[in-house]
Amino acid sequence: MAKIYSKKSLVSQTMKPSEETLSFLLNYSKALSIVRIKNVDIEIISN
Amino acid sequence: MVNIQLPDASLVKEYVAGNEDALAKLIKRHESKIYGFIYSKIPDRDITNDIFQDTFIKVIKTLKSNSYNEEGKFLPWVMRISHNLVVDHYRKSKKMPLFRETEEFSIFSIMSDDSMTIENRIIADQVELDLKKLIEELPADQREVLVMRMYQDMSFKEISECTGVSINTALGRMRYALMNLRKVIDKHQIILTN
Repeated sequence: MAKIYSKKSLVSQTMKPSEETLSFLLNYSKALSIVRIKNVDIEIISN
Repeated sequence: MVNIQLPDASLVKEYVAGNEDALAKLIKRHESKIYGFIYSKIPDRDITNDIFQDTFIKVIKTLKSNSYNEEGKFLPWVMRISHNLVVDHYRKSKKMPLFRETEEFSIFSIMSDDSMTIENRIIADQVELDLKKLIEELPADQREVLVMRMYQDMSFKEISECTGVSINTALGRMRYALMNLRKVIDKHQIILTN
């Protein structure tokens, strides 16, 4: 199509993060553990 | 049955104690407020997603390292983190080269106003109105697919799920919708331009 004349509908614009972002965060949270050794936080990411 | 909702503070405690589902509940509960807040400051979905992600990475790290001590004020705390990240984003993007006006160089030689003139805007509105009328004339199945694709920005996969037809059928209907529109436009010699 040479030109698109339509305006994007605002109805479909939901204020929500993408599925990828959400699943990344939940997986990141599951993988992350933080250990404190002598006042130093060490982050461990398990595979 | 009464649906009892656990307060944020309890979910935070559960999460710190190792219940990962509590984090999912917290995110689900506040995602639209936080996402909407970031989007209101930076109207770009990709950047908003990035900042939303960075916000919760900070939340996760703080909670997992037991450094959180604002019980009962979870949402304002998360909002403050996202607000700081929005400020950081603007600080970073401000670092752009500075141009000074000289005799040989004027900033206006490379700057132009791309916004539409009033006349162009009226024409664009008229074109859109005409197009909407033409779309109304399409057969219902074709119109449905075209509206979902062009006006609601849905993918063909989503359209096929919504309408209960295969992706190929949805694609076919879109194709016929466009062909029919072109036919009507040619037949009546309608000029859609701006």
